[in-house]
Amino acid sequence: MISNALPQSLIDNPILSQWIAFEEKGRVRVGSGKVEIGQGILTSLTQIAAEELDLRPEQINLVSGQTDVSPAEGFTSGSYSIAVGGASIRLVCAEVRSLFLDRLAEVLRCPPGELSVEDGKFLRGGKDTGHDYWSVAGEITLDRRLTGTAPVKRPSTYKIVGKHLPRLDLPAKVAGGGFIHDIAPENTLHARVLRQPWRGAHLAALDESAVRKAARTPIDIIHEGEFIAFTAENELAVMRASEAARTLAKWQGGTPPPADVGTPAWLKAQISRDKITDTGKPGREPAGRTVEASYSRPFLTYGSIATSCALAEFNDGSLKVWSHSQGPAVLRDWLARALGLPAAQVNVFHRQGAGAYGHNTADDAAFDASFIAMCQPGRTVRVQWSREDEFAAAPISTAMAITLRAVLGANNKPADWQIEIWSLPHAQRPGMNGNSNLLGASALPNAPPLNPLSDVPDERGGGATRNAVAIYDLPRHRLIHHLLPQVPMRTSSLRGLGAWANVFAIESFIDELSEIAGEDPVSYRLALLSDPRARRVVETAARMSNWFEQRNLPEGRARGFGFARYKNIASFAAVVVELEVSEEISLKKVWCAADAGLVIAPDGAKNQLEGGIIQGASFVMREQVRFEDGKVATATWDDYPILRFSDIPEIEIELIDNPNEPTLGLGEASVGPTGAAIGNALARALGKRIRDLPLTRERIMATLLSE
Amino acid sequence: MSEEYSFVVNGRPISVSTDGTAPLLSVLRDELSLRGSKFGCGTEQCGACMVLIDGKPEYSCSREISTVAGKAVTTVEGLPSNRALHPLQQTLLDEQAGQCGYCLSGILISAAALLAKNPRPSRADIIATLDPHLCRCGIHNRVIRAVQKAGAAIAEAQP
Repeated sequence: MISNALPQSLIDNPILSQWIAFEEKGRVRVGSGKVEIGQGILTSLTQIAAEELDLRPEQINLVSGQTDVSPAEGFTSGSYSIAVGGASIRLVCAEVRSLFLDRLAEVLRCPPGELSVEDGKFLRGGKDTGHDYWSVAGEITLDRRLTGTAPVKRPSTYKIVGKHLPRLDLPAKVAGGGFIHDIAPENTLHARVLRQPWRGAHLAALDESAVRKAARTPIDIIHEGEFIAFTAENELAVMRASEAARTLAKWQGGTPPPADVGTPAWLKAQISRDKITDTGKPGREPAGRTVEASYSRPFLTYGSIATSCALAEFNDGSLKVWSHSQGPAVLRDWLARALGLPAAQVNVFHRQGAGAYGHNTADDAAFDASFIAMCQPGRTVRVQWSREDEFAAAPISTAMAITLRAVLGANNKPADWQIEIWSLPHAQRPGMNGNSNLLGASALPNAPPLNPLSDVPDERGGGATRNAVAIYDLPRHRLIHHLLPQVPMRTSSLRGLGAWANVFAIESFIDELSEIAGEDPVSYRLALLSDPRARRVVETAARMSNWFEQRNLPEGRARGFGFARYKNIASFAAVVVELEVSEEISLKKVWCAADAGLVIAPDGAKNQLEGGIIQGASFVMREQVRFEDGKVATATWDDYPILRFSDIPEIEIELIDNPNEPTLGLGEASVGPTGAAIGNALARALGKRIRDLPLTRERIMATLLSE
Repeated sequence: MSEEYSFVVNGRPISVSTDGTAPLLSVLRDELSLRGSKFGCGTEQCGACMVLIDGKPEYSCSREISTVAGKAVTTVEGLPSNRALHPLQQTLLDEQAGQCGYCLSGILISAAALLAKNPRPSRADIIATLDPHLCRCGIHNRVIRAVQKAGAAIAEAQP
């Protein structure tokens, strides 16, 4: 059943006119605070709106992330966009349709049940009444609160939702357009900013004449505190200037991270705020065999293929900003604060960037452009970051150390279970902990000191604790979370936050327990899973891959299994990986089964799962940000290898049809299970387990040679 | 020091007056307003900037403009013929071979060059051609299918 409980976006934006308007004959403007980050959200939300309003998809004008007309919906993150944003649009559209039909029924003096809608036209008994949304719109005010009581359509009657609608944004993109990077008004002033190498760094010296010389054509230099920007009439000059400045600048002070930052030993040595959560049977620890294993992951970066870009214009006290921010309304509020403007004088327009797989530098670029625009009123300031700065100054996904401990009872099932996590926070987006978290703002003179950091609260899915509680039937469970609040860098959200590392650890550990029990890992999981949806997903992946029939894989080949329900409340996904290992891992085939409840765009859902598999594989096989001399030492794609075309396995996906269950977010669902399945397959292939990520050639060679 | 450089872009003769060390990508995007080729890294490591130079895929992000004088450059804007999408643009849409789409313009260039030589490439050929291109969203298998389908369409259309 699709629930009529109000989603958060409707609690925050309760007025119908915040969502919908009938301004242009034949078209309906539907607003969304959720934005396109490559996940196809514009298409899916259009499908939902068209379905509930009985319009053709092309009659929906979806205005996304334009802060003066779109509802404020926080960040586009956490696989909430369909589950919360889409559910909100569904309720709004259903209610508007009902309001219009009720009004028309009054006019025609007929029961509303006799009326229906087709392409926006109102029919009575199947015949055109001559009325439509636009002719009735003048008689109905939408400046009213949504009640949430209008009936929504039954999924069995859907004509647009759950059917294929080609992605609305792709035609422009295959033609070479569609990105914020391509906006180039006349009168553009190009700018780039010199970034501090670590928090609190002070620019001790910069040979400005050498920078000007390197630029080859005239530049201007803005220098306020530690915020140094180069501006010019052409982009090449500021590219050259900032490149030269990066090498010329001498920095001192601040808090450079130490050389061993992020190692398990470093994490465990930090000051921590501890939280212990016990669930299940109280009393003494049960007797049995104790098993313990420790896992770790390093620092990672999101690594979008584009560098961040923003444009800004300041005229008559008003600031216009074009940004690919994941939270345009949040960005507006924090830009206003950081720049000392009233929020009403700032308008952010979302424009698409490359995929955002977490908190990226879009907001930072928006601040850069805005600050410089206020120094240069009347000019359109455009900022695009360098690749080096993307690696060096972007928010970073924190390293984690995870220890699992279980006591196996008489039947070799866990009678007691403990997970202990050491992690820096997973969220320093704009506004979190009351900090602007905008890089440029923190470089200005008199920047406010950083408020103490916390992680994403558990009720919002948690950061380090995301998916920390295994979904299996565990009679006793203890979660120990060591939040390490003294953070030498801007650690923030990457796809799944702590979830994929926790799933890697838990699913590795389950395999280790199954080995001790002498049971097949999938059978062992099923013996611990009573949730029927979870069982079905696990069984489906096993069936797809003929898991129980696998025999005689060639030498060096093995299969592994991984399963999780993202955040324990979103989509279920089970993954089987077949790989071959000689000196390094070669992925051969991946099977994935998922249950996402009602699926809006089936091909889009598969695309997300596929992408999550490849990215999840890349995370655990290759990725690590390194530090040296207090700085990020990862500067180019050579230093940060990600999976390439030659690394990609064949992928088979099956979505479990469950249209009467609410839509569950699925953008992050396949990431964790894939990494775990790779770890488990590798352990089987090597006969030995590697518990520290990434599973690189060096680690595999060391493991092989240690025998 | 500005100098005059003449070359052909998408079949059109062009002259620009610029610093000879300026990257071709900057000239295309900023001087010629051809913004289909993308900046990704500036170090020939991601493939977002790929263009054809005399029919061969080349990175444009650090290719000095002086070395392009007298040559023919094709960008993604030059792929359609008679305003009809290149078969590969169409099959990319058919396969929904895109999430964010930022890598697509470069991939289109390399794959179009491959299909021009061999409309029936093997999976291994396609992978070898596209390996210089980074995609972070994970659309690789869809792209490979799209290239195969476009190749088949091109082969069928040939007499």
